[in-house]
Amino acid sequence: MTWHAVSPLDALPRDRAVAALLDDHQIALVRLADDQVFAVDHLDPFSGAHVMARGIVGSATVDGVEVPTLSSPMFKQAFDLRTGRCLADDSKCLAIWDVRLRDGMIEVRSRVPGAAEDRPEVAS
Amino acid sequence: MSELVKHVVVIGGGMVAHRFVEALRSRGESGLWRVTVIADEPRPPYDRVALTTYFTGRDPEDLHLGDDALWQDPMVNLRKGIRATHIDRDGRQVRLATGETIDYDHLVLATGSYAALPPVEGNDLRGCFVYRTIDDVAALRGYVEALRRERPGQPVRGAVVGGGLLGLEAAGALRELGAQSTVVEFAPRLMPLQVDDGGGAQLRSLIEALDVQVRTGTATAKVLGARRGLVTGMRFADGPDLDVDVVVFATGVRPRDELARSAGLAVGERGGVVVDLSCGTTDSAISAIGEVACIDGRVWGLVAPGYAMAEVVADRLLGGSATFPGADSSTKLKLLGVDVASFGDAFATAPGCLEVVYADAVAGVYKKLVVSDDARTLLGGILVGDASSYAALRPLVGTELAADPSVYLVPDTGGLPLGDDLPDEATVCSCNNVSAAQVRGAVTDGGCCSLAEVKSCTKAGTSCGSCLPLVKKLADTALEAAGVAVSRGLCEHFELTRAELFNAVQVTGARTFSEIVERHGRGRGCDICKPVVASVLASLYGGHILDGEQGTLQDTNDHMLANLQKDGTYSVVPRIPGGEVTPEGLIEIGRIAKDFDLYTKITGGQRIDMFGARVEQLPLIWRRLVDAGFESGHAYGKSLRTVKSCVGQSWCRYGVQDSVAMAIRLELRYRGLRSPHKLKLGVSGCARECAEARGKDAGVIATEKGWNLYVGGNGGFTPRHAQLLAEDLDDEGLIRAIDRFFVYYIRTADRLQRTAPWLEELPGGIDHLRDVVLDDALGIAADLDAAMEQHVASYSDEWRDVLEDPEKLARFTSFVNATDVPDPTLRYEQERGQRRPVLVAGDRIEVRG
Repeated sequence: MTWHAVSPLDALPRDRAVAALLDDHQIALVRLADDQVFAVDHLDPFSGAHVMARGIVGSATVDGVEVPTLSSPMFKQAFDLRTGRCLADDSKCLAIWDVRLRDGMIEVRSRVPGAAEDRPEVAS
Repeated sequence: MSELVKHVVVIGGGMVAHRFVEALRSRGESGLWRVTVIADEPRPPYDRVALTTYFTGRDPEDLHLGDDALWQDPMVNLRKGIRATHIDRDGRQVRLATGETIDYDHLVLATGSYAALPPVEGNDLRGCFVYRTIDDVAALRGYVEALRRERPGQPVRGAVVGGGLLGLEAAGALRELGAQSTVVEFAPRLMPLQVDDGGGAQLRSLIEALDVQVRTGTATAKVLGARRGLVTGMRFADGPDLDVDVVVFATGVRPRDELARSAGLAVGERGGVVVDLSCGTTDSAISAIGEVACIDGRVWGLVAPGYAMAEVVADRLLGGSATFPGADSSTKLKLLGVDVASFGDAFATAPGCLEVVYADAVAGVYKKLVVSDDARTLLGGILVGDASSYAALRPLVGTELAADPSVYLVPDTGGLPLGDDLPDEATVCSCNNVSAAQVRGAVTDGGCCSLAEVKSCTKAGTSCGSCLPLVKKLADTALEAAGVAVSRGLCEHFELTRAELFNAVQVTGARTFSEIVERHGRGRGCDICKPVVASVLASLYGGHILDGEQGTLQDTNDHMLANLQKDGTYSVVPRIPGGEVTPEGLIEIGRIAKDFDLYTKITGGQRIDMFGARVEQLPLIWRRLVDAGFESGHAYGKSLRTVKSCVGQSWCRYGVQDSVAMAIRLELRYRGLRSPHKLKLGVSGCARECAEARGKDAGVIATEKGWNLYVGGNGGFTPRHAQLLAEDLDDEGLIRAIDRFFVYYIRTADRLQRTAPWLEELPGGIDHLRDVVLDDALGIAADLDAAMEQHVASYSDEWRDVLEDPEKLARFTSFVNATDVPDPTLRYEQERGQRRPVLVAGDRIEVRG
């Protein structure tokens, strides 16, 4: 799987998401206040519309741990940004993408199923 | 209709008849019986207890009991305005005044009472009234209003014969009508059946302070009349004559048992159809319930025992074996705004019992508890001037008090145990006979999660409402015990309610989410608390909702200043104040819609919605709209939406005020106002109410003299009619009242709580709101006014501001790396000449709250 350069980190607002287009595929890029960046599918599995990047970024306590979340703007389900798992419904999840920073540029690649999970990188 | 279905005929269409039909139809086996109700009055059953509210301008339809859908039930036939004239017991038939006969398998007599007219000479003069039905009340109102028209400038002088419950209600009604009023009571004190001498004296002084004259120990000898047969005065057994124009007789009621008598059923010594504890008469096919029944040797003139009898008969018809559980004459009333309550053994008749009295003539309060000889068990009590503890005390009758009796009487000792220690079997709502266990059960077993749900499930608090604080307390306690997160907090990030958060932010002056969550919450927020904080910040400080960090808090609708639709595109609604639009404006909207191929639809709020706009198209569409003179309609916001109006005086033959001008004025004043939920207004130019203003959060209806203001209405999932807040306001008074109402609501409501449930949960309800808004009872009016002035002064069109700010404009791109490329998955098909979305993937699921 190859890395795609998507956008300069500086083009992303903090604590909010933006959509990006990779060939035909749409993803949502989330930049947290501490500059961690996550990439998940833009397609909302509940509504079938490409809207995830327009949801609210926040946090939820899962098993005693505070995890970063993105909520669907359509029907408000929250997803764990680290795993893509829907917190309200185990049967649904968002595909997640590996993210890295190269010279201030955000690069993503499709997560190879079964591959070791890369830690999202923190810009210095 | 199947042969197996039997027919029960109910003679009488009052509150108890209503309860009977409701009880019969609400149970599983309800298919066994069809019901015909023969109602003498020309309207469905209504709340006779609230009759006086007819004078505060309420529509008689508001008094209708329960859900009008009950009368649409195919198994229920309500025959209004028809009198039954004869019962043929052998043939099991009822004959009607029309000559028609109706067969029955079972007959229920619920004929109620008639108002007794004392045998006083002159009681038939014009100007004499009784006080029992809507028609009685309407006739009284008509007469007083006619007198005032005939003799402008002269006061209308009224007298009420009878100083009991009904008499004081009638005196209040006269006062509402602007008439002077004198209460004449034969007994030595007011409300002789409910209160003792001490309570009566306190009640008298409270009522006299309201300019109602009181004559106790006075027998009315004669009503004096003039030549034309009009009332001119009253003569008493002793004392001087009294000049009056109107006399209302409220000297009690008598059972309407004449049908039963002529059918040969047994009647009591003092009237009333004799029934056993199953409410059966001497004919097994006939029952009697309510005020016409003489049960256990006694006729009950209160609604609660009547309801109990209705339940008994319904249960028996459905195969049950219920019996009348007994009743007591506990009552709590607000007469002329004065609290009066009496419960249990109020007159201390039990042997050896003790009375504990607290009287404070300065505060205008008299309270008495009757306790057993060991001062431990509560037996009864009387409360005058402040009956707030009635709901807590009444259920404790017969139980041991947890503290010294005086603790329950003295205000603000903080020791009053309210609710939690109530035994399960204690009756909480005496109108509907709901026990503490039922309220608790509605939460623990019934799954109710709010006061509104508990009310709807148990019917507790749905009649007189006096027990609501107690029901709420019980429900909250049960919810907490059930571990249901009645943490009334917003979400896992804030334990505060929205109102508490509003206060906290106001006090600390915090201006960013980070600061607020650090001080008052935890974590990084979510889709619940972030928009709430955004709304609070908008209400407190104004400014653009997309400014700086605030933009990240907004739900997508506020973030895009448009309404998200199912396919991920948005709809656009320009403001059309008051629904008034020029042909040029209309044409321009049409051109824009055509150029962007937007699906167009007229909304319920008298404006135009354009659907199918993509994120990157929004600024282009708005550039055109702003250039054409339009501005944001805030259809996307929890904020003022529209002010709907009828065409009003300028064109309409019936209009009495310029409703369109007022609607535009209001819409321009409140546009952009952020609130806990959406706000809608309506302005009607006359009482025909074509703008459906009473279905709005604030509804304004023109009168000859000005405007009536109604608040707390809405359509939607739980439709509510707005309640009258103030009458005949001038333009400035109207705006001031709405200003204060809105700001008070915005500051104190819960998240996503519309004005109707807010008003329902507001302690003191509409009366309290009136005190705050009109009389400044909390001393905050200046502050509320200033907040609204700040809003009005700082208003600026959100869309125009965006178009002028490149930073804000930057968010309206489809993709960060392909800013003008449309979402490639959007698909449309044609329908009725316009396009509609085709969704390829995705399930439909329920919307989470």
